[in-house]
Amino acid sequence: MRDIDDLKVQHALGKLSRREFVGGVLALGATVAMAESLLLGAEAIAAETAKKGGVLRLGLGGGSTTDSLNPQSWNDSVMIDVAFGVFNGLVENSPENRPVPELAEKFEPKDGAKVWIFTLRKGVMFHNGKEFDADDAVYSLNLHRGETKSGAAGPMKAVSDVKKLDKYQIEITLVSGNADFPTVLTDYHIMMVPNGYADWGKPVGTGAFTVEAFDPGVRIALKKAGTYWKPDRGHLDAVEYNVINDTSARMNALISGQVDAINRADPKTVSRIEKSPTLEIVRAAGGWYPVMAMQSDRQPFDNLDLRVAMKYAVDREQMIKTLFSGYGTLGNDHPIPRSDPYFNSELAQLKYDPDKARFHFKKAGLTSPKIVLQSSDTAFNGAVDMATLVQATAGKADIPVEVKKEPADGYFDNVWLKGAFVASYWGGRPAATQMLDIAYQSQAPWNESHWKSTQFDKLLSDAQSETDEAKRKRYIWDMQALLSAESGTLIPCFRDWLDAHSKKVGGHTPHSGFDMCNGRIAEKAFLKA
Amino acid sequence: MTVEALTPDAIAPRRRRSIRLFGHKPNLTAWIGLIIIALNIAVAVLAPLIAPYPQADIVGDAWADPDRLHWLGLDNLGRDILSRLIYGARLSIGLSSLITGLAFVIGIVCGFTAATLGGWVDAVLSRIVDLLLSMPVLIFAFMILSVLGTDIPVLIGTIALLNATLVFRLARAVAMTIASLEYVEAAKVRGEGTWWVISREILPNAIPPLAAEFGLRFCFTFLLIAALSFLGLGIQPPLADWGSMVKDYRDMINLDSAAPLYPAAAIAILTIGVNFVVDWMLSIHSRGHGEPA
Amino acid sequence: MIAQRFALGLMTLFAASLLIFGGTEILPGDLASAILQNNATPESLAAMRKELGLDRPAATRYAEWLSGAAHGDFGHSLANKREVANEIAPRLKNTIFLALYAAVIAVPLAVGLGLLAAINQGGVFDRVVNVVTLMTISVPEYFLAYLLIKYLSVQFGFFPSLANVTPNTPILDRMTLTFLPMVTLVLVITAHMMRMTRASVLSVMASPYIEMALLKGLPKWRIVVRHAFPNALAPIISVVALNLAYLIVGVVIVEAVFVYPGLGQLMVDAVSKHDVPVVQACGLIFAAAFILLNMGADILAIMTNPRLRHAR
Repeated sequence: MRDIDDLKVQHALGKLSRREFVGGVLALGATVAMAESLLLGAEAIAAETAKKGGVLRLGLGGGSTTDSLNPQSWNDSVMIDVAFGVFNGLVENSPENRPVPELAEKFEPKDGAKVWIFTLRKGVMFHNGKEFDADDAVYSLNLHRGETKSGAAGPMKAVSDVKKLDKYQIEITLVSGNADFPTVLTDYHIMMVPNGYADWGKPVGTGAFTVEAFDPGVRIALKKAGTYWKPDRGHLDAVEYNVINDTSARMNALISGQVDAINRADPKTVSRIEKSPTLEIVRAAGGWYPVMAMQSDRQPFDNLDLRVAMKYAVDREQMIKTLFSGYGTLGNDHPIPRSDPYFNSELAQLKYDPDKARFHFKKAGLTSPKIVLQSSDTAFNGAVDMATLVQATAGKADIPVEVKKEPADGYFDNVWLKGAFVASYWGGRPAATQMLDIAYQSQAPWNESHWKSTQFDKLLSDAQSETDEAKRKRYIWDMQALLSAESGTLIPCFRDWLDAHSKKVGGHTPHSGFDMCNGRIAEKAFLKA
Repeated sequence: MTVEALTPDAIAPRRRRSIRLFGHKPNLTAWIGLIIIALNIAVAVLAPLIAPYPQADIVGDAWADPDRLHWLGLDNLGRDILSRLIYGARLSIGLSSLITGLAFVIGIVCGFTAATLGGWVDAVLSRIVDLLLSMPVLIFAFMILSVLGTDIPVLIGTIALLNATLVFRLARAVAMTIASLEYVEAAKVRGEGTWWVISREILPNAIPPLAAEFGLRFCFTFLLIAALSFLGLGIQPPLADWGSMVKDYRDMINLDSAAPLYPAAAIAILTIGVNFVVDWMLSIHSRGHGEPA
Repeated sequence: MIAQRFALGLMTLFAASLLIFGGTEILPGDLASAILQNNATPESLAAMRKELGLDRPAATRYAEWLSGAAHGDFGHSLANKREVANEIAPRLKNTIFLALYAAVIAVPLAVGLGLLAAINQGGVFDRVVNVVTLMTISVPEYFLAYLLIKYLSVQFGFFPSLANVTPNTPILDRMTLTFLPMVTLVLVITAHMMRMTRASVLSVMASPYIEMALLKGLPKWRIVVRHAFPNALAPIISVVALNLAYLIVGVVIVEAVFVYPGLGQLMVDAVSKHDVPVVQACGLIFAAAFILLNMGADILAIMTNPRLRHAR
């Protein structure tokens, strides 16, 4: 029989995935909380066996020659992975999807989670030798508030005031209570920079590395910045980011040994990596999902029967198999993935049912049954295929769907949020309420489907301000049920994050948030002896 | 379209050297070429009759291996690759013929006019073409897209115009050389009209390089359609075309799957067929002089 | 006559600059929304537009841009604030290096094969060369690249699959790193030039003076090389110029597959993010390269054909 220490060691050696580890411990009779605390111990062991030094060569998709080091401008993998190497945030999103302290030592809510006190870590130095303090934190947070071009401006709208209390304490006031607010600060845009800093060409952070060479869209090199304030991270001497946007080229670079790790492995040819004795994949079920939004306030989708017909006309199993070669989990037309602690596990799974689809479509009684689904591979790679699959499965239920491939250029300007039935995607959010707030609340500017429900809005605001776990869970479960039954969004599945690396790379573990350890590959990875 | 487009020009009566295409027996390679073209046209026309499945039907799992029912296996969405190849012949050959034909008519007419008239006509036409050609295709395509939309006629017009500029340059260069030869000068001195000079003297002599160009442009067009379709221009799913099939299947080459090779081979075989016929016409031309017609 | 051609070239370049500027103006959407994608809020869009100067009239911006460009100052990238000229310089060098590398091999190869095929018209050599080159152009360039990588890089490891050169890469390493992209490009352009050489030469072979030479009993290779080829040059030069222009302007896909930092990738990224100053600078450089090559082709055609030397 395996005992706990044995599991710990195996986990440390990277032989067991986190889920297997947790599962194994649970089988031994431990509670979830206990399993998680053990896990932290295992991570410490992993860190101890981590070898110091070496250069990690990454091959990453998601970079562009237009990339810059300005935190407000980041929006894709390469810069996110660079960001977490050079900077730190106040809060880190743990692999279990929980906010844990980073540059903020602790954070506590007051007044029904409307006011938050963040206590900052003392003695952390910026690369320029200055100590990190409350002024820096206030400045850094305000970079993403008000009239700003920051990608984090949306979620930061929830903040009405940021105030310095003393050198190591700040107070953040929200527009309304939100028990999940710390997760907003795990956003990769919201990094801590020195007060007043704006010379983004020469970034200064508190991270494990500094920028040595920056050739956007081509190659970015980081080198160790001296002693890192996190004792168990920042093992490498240097990290080299090679931007390889072509999927096949990225896979080949790993297989031929020109890079040590890649993101966005190609699911359909990933068997090449699984077969290799020196390579392995890093797979994490995550919150990224494709979506097809039917605008519920416009003809013909203002008809609930038509929306329900479409829900039955989508073959979800086939989508996972065809679009992502099986590397995904089923979706139920709500945005909460299985990996989220608030996932409604008792909700009936929507299934492809041509008969029910035909029944509801007939009941809808459309006079001119022409349904046009707009899509473009610029939304995500495979979006046009997704639309074509819907066309095929709906066709079998006698629902005529026409696919319109839109120009890649300007898709998010001219089609998204404007067309009546449009394919796009959402990256997951660390907190369930955050995702529900961004794109499903009635007034949300990104409510693609224009689905409006006062019942849903009430549940959402109740859930946000509620600190009692059981009640929160009830609210969030009810919202999922509502969305699944009535909403105008088709969410057929969630896509797994699929990285791959050479087996000599350690510390590169699955994370449900994003690929490459949720962007923290630089500080977490090490090279085995 | 391929052979037919050229023959009327080729058999046009000429003063100096008379060539009659069909007065010559095709050689072996020409026969191969003609058969390939005929087969392709037959497949395109008869697609609904000979394809085992409709092109949009999903008949199994994605990338299923070939079996008795699906000879070439299934594609990225689980559709029959053989059926899509057969249907793809329609769109690919039809569009390519139309686009290339259009491009050659525009390009040759303008090119010859510029070369024979010279002066400001030549200067203006040449500069316009230089201007169009000097725009990177990507920017050009984006501009067209934003102004005209993404319909199939726009796709045809855009690629035809792009190709026509290239044909123009070649036609002009060829015609310039011919126009400077004695017999053309002589015709001009005799007071023959411009149109007469173009159709009787220049066109017949310019056919070889233009025919060679046609053979290649025809094939480049398959690929250009696929390239522009990435920008969202033109062919809408679930319709099949060969160029896009190569593009959609390309990664599978890394798994030693033959899937991307089928559409690539279809394009290659047709290209070779067309060019075999072009070569035959060239050989008639170069042998033509002095041989009894 | 050559001076006149040069002046015309300059005028075309000016017209191209107008067209490029106008073209980038009418692109749908703008940089601000392209950057923010689905993170955009009306406030963040407005803030970004103002910062990028997109709220000023187009004519003013054109005048400023053109006078700047004339001095080699293309402004700053809207997306990352770097100087466009600095961004372009190393990439332009890479692009020209790869284009030259491929051209030096492809042009003599294509012309040589074309001549040999013409001499051997209808023979086995002629057929084989034709079929092989036709096959190489029937597949898209990325697919050729994939095949080369699969066999020459992944399977046998002869050459690296990434052509990730840096400005400090020594010339020999550079040639090794860019070997596969070079071969891909050679395969792509050889067929076109080779077939045009063959066709033009054969077309000239039908002329009476060649007939005369044949009757005199001169060997065929001599007739082709000495008598037919010089008179067949005009269309060959024209096609070579087009292909050289392709090597500079059109190799985006090859750059992407081999991760080669050339100008094409820069422009595609800039277009997709609507980074207008970069698009405009790349467009202008491409236009200039194209116009220069065509001018060269015209001048060469005039020089090699005595009949064209005097304006009619």
